[in-house]
Order: sequence, then structure tokens, then C-alpha cells
Amino acid sequence: MLKLEGINKIFNEGTMDEKVALNNINLHLAPGDFVTVIGSNGAGKSTMLNMISGALTPDFGAITIDGKEVTKLPEFKRSQYIGRVFQDPMAGTAPTMTIEENLAIAYSRNKKRGLRFGVNRERKDFFRTSLEKLGLNLENRLNAKVGLLSGGERQALSLLMATFTRPAILLLDEHTAALDPSRAELITNLTKQLVEENNLTTLMVTHNMQQAIDLGNRLIMMDKGQIILEVDESKKPTLTIPDLMTEFEHIRGEKMASDKALLGS
Amino acid sequence: MFLSIFGSVEQGIIYAIMALGVYLTFRVLDFPDLTVDGSFVTGAATAAMMIVLGYHPIIATLIAIVAGFVAGCMTGLLHTKGKINPLLSGILMMIALYSINLRIMGLSAENAIVKPNIQLQSNETIFSQFQSFWSPLGIDDTLSNFVKSLGAAVAPNTWGTVLIVLIITVIIKFVADWFLKTEVGLAIRATGDNKRMIRSFSANTDRYTILGLGISNALVAFSGALIAQYSKFSDVNMGIGMIVIGLASVIIGEAIFGTKTIFRATLAVVFGAIIYRIIYALALRVPWLDSSDMKLITAIIVVLALVIPQLVSKQRDKKRKEKRRLERLAQQRELVTQGGE
Repeated sequence: MLKLEGINKIFNEGTMDEKVALNNINLHLAPGDFVTVIGSNGAGKSTMLNMISGALTPDFGAITIDGKEVTKLPEFKRSQYIGRVFQDPMAGTAPTMTIEENLAIAYSRNKKRGLRFGVNRERKDFFRTSLEKLGLNLENRLNAKVGLLSGGERQALSLLMATFTRPAILLLDEHTAALDPSRAELITNLTKQLVEENNLTTLMVTHNMQQAIDLGNRLIMMDKGQIILEVDESKKPTLTIPDLMTEFEHIRGEKMASDKALLGS
Repeated sequence: MFLSIFGSVEQGIIYAIMALGVYLTFRVLDFPDLTVDGSFVTGAATAAMMIVLGYHPIIATLIAIVAGFVAGCMTGLLHTKGKINPLLSGILMMIALYSINLRIMGLSAENAIVKPNIQLQSNETIFSQFQSFWSPLGIDDTLSNFVKSLGAAVAPNTWGTVLIVLIITVIIKFVADWFLKTEVGLAIRATGDNKRMIRSFSANTDRYTILGLGISNALVAFSGALIAQYSKFSDVNMGIGMIVIGLASVIIGEAIFGTKTIFRATLAVVFGAIIYRIIYALALRVPWLDSSDMKLITAIIVVLALVIPQLVSKQRDKKRKEKRRLERLAQQRELVTQGGE
């Protein structure tokens, strides 16, 4: 479903700030795979996601989605196939527009936008039933401006908007990191539910090791722009945090650097 | 007095079309577009030039709208493809249009390449054509007699003009309301609201920025074309400060009528433009003010309209905090007394 082949990226090449962001990344997601990505700050997790979404282009290497090569495809064209939820709850929705208008924008993702009304009765019903799944009573606030919602509500809405058109790939970029623990748990559960319901091929970056272990059928660990560990479907169910710590020390010959990665957040 | 206010309302309704254009860029797209000063004249110049050349006023007006659309798209291209800052894109386009507008008006004369103004005194305009349909109906007399019976000393020459501009502006307002709710309209609004978000839903923000600027300047040029026909001349300098007038209309309207829904917001803009014209007419009646002071007054209106809401909300915030402090104090006192018992 998603294939990364030999992806390389260097930031600020040829200057003092030169930084190897991605070093020969190879990754293959089969349809229905839910892969969690962990790694310390600067490991290249977000850069990898931005490559897939098209916000950044690799220096060289190829990206294929559903058999189509998309390496050079601009972000807005690629996002036909890709649903995304950002870390910042404010990033995924338009604050001055209403809930139903936001949903209408998301609904047009894989259609040509024309001069039809964005919200009509039929769509409204669909929006309402979709919102009911969130259990946040948003289905009764279709005309509320999104800017008035709390961070958790906005993130839940973002998640719904990213998934309800069943994109080929779902990218989650630390999408619970900016929320308080109870809201984060809510979003984590919703993620599980929506991904399963729509059978989405998902790539989720997280700082939280427990979350990375609890969710998904595969796990990869990144460090210094490389994928240093892959845990497949057979080993993932029995994986624990200490396992991951030992593995990291074993591979890198050093203690895991980030306390945040260790403790989760 | 009544007549000058009546005239202001007529003009205000025409300027409201320009203000709707400014609303579209400033508020909806969040793009401070200064092209307006140029594209307003482009509309006026194109319509006047074509009318002088003998084209039907409606055709002339339609071509003027297209000219404005193209001008807006150019600004959009400068910004999105040329990566030039929004303000600078608008300024560049405005300056370029100054020369272009002189050339456009030059097309109306056989013996000149450029022309700084065109007179339409003896030409047919949209208004004169409507008048020839309207006058025979005799509604003017009825209305004027009615107004005089209410105690007005004089009545306007015709009510036809205000009716036709009102019809045009109301239609545009409703079309704008409808457009901003279509799929394309929603995408344009989201482009102004959260570019990153709308890109992640497969919308080409460059295209929507260009389209939004095009539509906005088409409206501005339409307004310019109508003003040229209303006042029977077009002048290369008639657009100076137009953006600030548009902005003043938007801000005044929003302050009075609010922006809760798109319907309310566009209505507010239309009324804002009319109110601005009335303020303008009243200010001109102040004996020690000259008509050339109006630009200064307009600037002051915009500044006040921008600053006062900030001061008000700051004051409100202060009051709220003070109230909370007093409540807390009262609570503590109560606790102390309870503790003492």
C-alpha cells in the first residue's frame, strides 16, 4: 500500500547546520497495516511523515502509494490519498468555519470541488451519524464554529475528518501529544476504533512508548535518520517497554537519550 | 440635506459592491490586497472607454468586470507563483495598473495614446438606459409627492437609480452568500483560515488564492464601472485611497452589525459602505472641513475602528478580573468569619 525506497534527505546541505534527516529509509506497509513509529527527538520521524504527505520532497528515493509513484506529486494532489492528523489540535481544522463546513471540506477530499452547496441535507445526515461515533455530542452542534471547541474536541474532529473518506494512508503525527492525559486517552481509543472500522493503512508517530506498544500490529524505532528496529506482527503482541530499551542499548551501544521517550507523555 | 444624504445612499450602494470585494480578500482570504486602488479605475476606465467607442453599456460593464478579474488574478500569480509578499504584490499591481489605466482610456481617443480621464456627459449609460424605461412609469412623481407630503422641501430627481443599484447590489450580496457556501467557496474560506489544513484535504491553495483575488477585483472593477457611469466620468486618480474606503466600510459594518454568519457579514459590509458615504456627506457639511480632508478622515475612521475594539475588550477583561478579585476577597472573609465561630 505504501512503499518508501531509499529515501534520503539532508537539511541545509553544504552549510554549518547541515543535518542528515533521513538516511536511506526503506519501509513497506501492506494494506491494513498499522505501524507505530518511536524514536527520540530529531530521529527523523516527523520528517518521514512529511515526506509521505508531500510537505517535503526527498533528495532522492521513491515513494509509492497503492502502486502509484507519488515522489514528485505536490502535497495537495497527494492528499487525495492521505489522511493526516497533526500534533497541534489547531492545525487540522478551520477555526472560523462551522463543524459541518469543516466536515464538508474533508468530504470533498477525493472529489472535484464544484459549485454545489458544500453542506446539503444528505451530507448533513452523514456528518451527523459520523459525529455520533465520537460520543462528544458534536452531532448536535453542527453549526458551532470550530474555534469554540476544546483542544480534545478539535482533535477528535480532525481525526474524523482525516478518516471518514477512507484514505489509502492515514498519517498520525504525535496527535495526542498536545492533550491532557484523559483527552489523549479518548483520542487514542477513537484512533483505534476509526482505524479498525475503516480498515485504514496507518502510520503513527508517537513519543509515548506505551501507546506505541498498545496500538497497531507493527512497530519501528528510528534514530539519527535511520530505522534501527522493526518489530513485526508476530512479536509485537508480547512487546514491553523494557524490551525496547534493551534493544536500543543493544543496537546503539548507548542508553536511550530522551527521558520523554522513556516515560512517555 | 435630504438630497445629499439621498445621493450618498445611491453612491454607497454602488461602493458596497467594491466593499464586498475588499471583504472577500481582507476577511475571507486574509489577504490585504492593495490592487483595489488600481482595479477600481480599471473598471471605470474600461467601461468608459467602451461606452465612448459606442458599445452597449452592459457589454462595457461586463468587459470591465473581466478586466478586474484578470488584474486580481495577476496579483494572485505574483504572490503564489512569484512568492512575493501579499502587500507588495498588490502595490506592484496597483502601480502597473496606473499606466495600464491611462492606456485603456487612451484607446477611446484617436489622437492620443494615453488619456487621464474620459467624460461621459452625452453618452448612454446603464443608468440613462434604465431611466428611459423607468421614467414613463411615473413612479417618480408618486414617490416624490409622498416624500414632500412628509415634509421634505425637495425630492430627488429620480428614484430609478437607487432602485437599480439596490437590485444589483442585493443580487451580488446573495450570490456572494451562495458562493461562499459552495464547495469552492468553502475551500476559499479555508484557504484564508488554515492553509495547512486545506492543503491536507487536497485543495490547491494557490489556485484558490488566485481565484479569490480575481473575484474580489472583478467586484471592485464592477463598482468602478458603475461609479464611472453614475458620475459620468472616469479619472485615473479616482481610485486613490479606495482600499481604505473599502476597509472602512467593512470595519464599520462589522462593528455595527456583527459577523456571526456569512449572511450577516455581507449584509454588514453593504450597510457599512452606505454608512461610510453618509458620514462622508455629513463631514463635508462641516464648514471648516475641505473635501480634500476626507482621506485623512477616512484614515482616522479606520484607525479608530481598529483600535477602539481592542481598548474595549481590554477594559472588559480588566473589569472581569477585578470582579473576580472582589469575589475571592469576599469568599476569604466569609471563611475567616466562619473559622472564628
